[in-house]
Amino acid sequence: MNLARDDRRPAVDLRLSLAWTALASVEDPEIPAVSIVDLGLIRCVDLRPDGTLEVGLSPTYVGCPATDVIRDSVAEALRDVGVGQFVVTTVLSPPWSSDWITAEGRRKLKIYGIVPPEQSAPSMREVLRNLKPVACPRCHSTETECVSEFGSTPCKALHRCRACLEPFEYFKCI
Amino acid sequence: MSAMPFGRAEAPALFRYVLRLGDLSLVLGQRLGEWVGHAPALEEDLALANIALDLVGQARLLLTYAGDVEGLGRDEDDIAFLREHGQYLNPVLAEQPNGDFGQTIVRQVLIDAFQLELYERMTASTDESLAAIAAKAVKEVRYHLRFSRNWLVRLGDGTPESHARVQSALDALWPYTVELFAEDELDRTMADAGVAPRLPDVHAAWARRIDEMLAEATLVRPKDRAHSWHGKRGQHSEHLGYILAEMQHLQRTYPEARW
Repeated sequence: MNLARDDRRPAVDLRLSLAWTALASVEDPEIPAVSIVDLGLIRCVDLRPDGTLEVGLSPTYVGCPATDVIRDSVAEALRDVGVGQFVVTTVLSPPWSSDWITAEGRRKLKIYGIVPPEQSAPSMREVLRNLKPVACPRCHSTETECVSEFGSTPCKALHRCRACLEPFEYFKCI
Repeated sequence: MSAMPFGRAEAPALFRYVLRLGDLSLVLGQRLGEWVGHAPALEEDLALANIALDLVGQARLLLTYAGDVEGLGRDEDDIAFLREHGQYLNPVLAEQPNGDFGQTIVRQVLIDAFQLELYERMTASTDESLAAIAAKAVKEVRYHLRFSRNWLVRLGDGTPESHARVQSALDALWPYTVELFAEDELDRTMADAGVAPRLPDVHAAWARRIDEMLAEATLVRPKDRAHSWHGKRGQHSEHLGYILAEMQHLQRTYPEARW
C-alpha cells in the first residue's frame, strides 16, 4: 500500500487519511462484522498526477455478488467524506489471499462465529490435505465435521460441532 | 490496459483463444445452474451453485478481456448474450447434459482437472491479463476439483448402483475429452507466443491426475477414440442451442436490459 507522506502537501495527506477512514467504515455486505480493510480487500490508495484519488479493490472470489455492492459502498463512503475526485479500480494481480485478512479482522470474525482461515493453500496437494478438523468457535472442541464444503457465500464452508452441536462457518483458505 | 505480445493485426487470434476459455466457463456455469433447487441434498445444491458462480465469474473476466482485445467496444454482456451458436468456441464437453448427479460429477472432474492444469501453467503467461485471471481462477478451481474428486471416489467406490452409473457416465463423456487436447493452429500460435501452455504438456499432467482419481474410485479409464468434435471452432452438439435459448432469452427479448 502506498501511503507516501509528503510534508510539502498536507492536503494530499488529508485526502489519503480521509479516504482510509472512509474505507474502514465500509462493512462487508455478507459479513457485516468486518470491514473491507479488515479483509485486506483494499490494495492501494494513491493520488494520480492529475489529482484523482485511486482506490484499488480486489474481489475475494471472481463470481462473488458482493463485489459490486462493495464497489458501490466504497464510492458512497468516499463521496460522503469528501475526498474530491476519485476512481475505484479492480486489482486482480496478485490475487487476493485469505492470508491478507488482518489480525483485527480475524479477531472480529471469530467473535462473529466464523472461524478465520488458517493459512493459504498454494497447491492442489494442500487443498486436498486441508480437511483436518477445525475448532468450534463457541466451545473450542475439535470434535467437528465439515457439513458442506461450500457454504452460504463463496468464501465459506459449513461445519458442525459434535460437542456443542452448533453449526458454524469456516472461512476458506485461498 | 496491460501489454499484449501481439501487434494489433494479430489480435483476432488472441480474441478467439480467450473466447475458448471464457465460453468453457460460461457454458459449464450455465449448465451447473440448472441444478439449483434440484440437487440430491441441500449441501450439493449449494456446492454446484457456488461452483457455477465461480465459473460465471471467470467468464465475466475472460469475456470482458476478449472485448478489450477485439477493440470494437463490445462488453461482457454483448459477448455472452448476443452471439450465435457457431460463434461460441467452448469444447463440446462443457455443453453435455447434466444427466444424473453422477454424470454431472464426471463432467466436472474432467473439466476441473483440465482447468487446474491449464491455469496453473497460464499464471506464467506472457499476456499479463491472462496470467492475472489464471492466478485468480486457479485458487477457486482447486476447491472445485476437491469437491468433484471426492464425489467421484465416493460414487465410484460406493454401491454397485452408484459405481455402474458413474462408469457409464465416464464411458459416455470420455470421447469428448479428446477435443480438450486436440492441438490446432490457434493453440500452437498461442503456445509459441508464450500466451498459453503447450496442450500436450497440459494433457500429460491431466491424464496422470485423472488416472490417480479413477484408480481410487475403482473406475476403468475408457479407450481414446478418434477426435470428431470441433466446438473450439464453433461446431457444436445439438445441446448448445437449447442452452443459448434459455440463457439469451432475456437479452433477446428486451435488448440492452440491465439489472
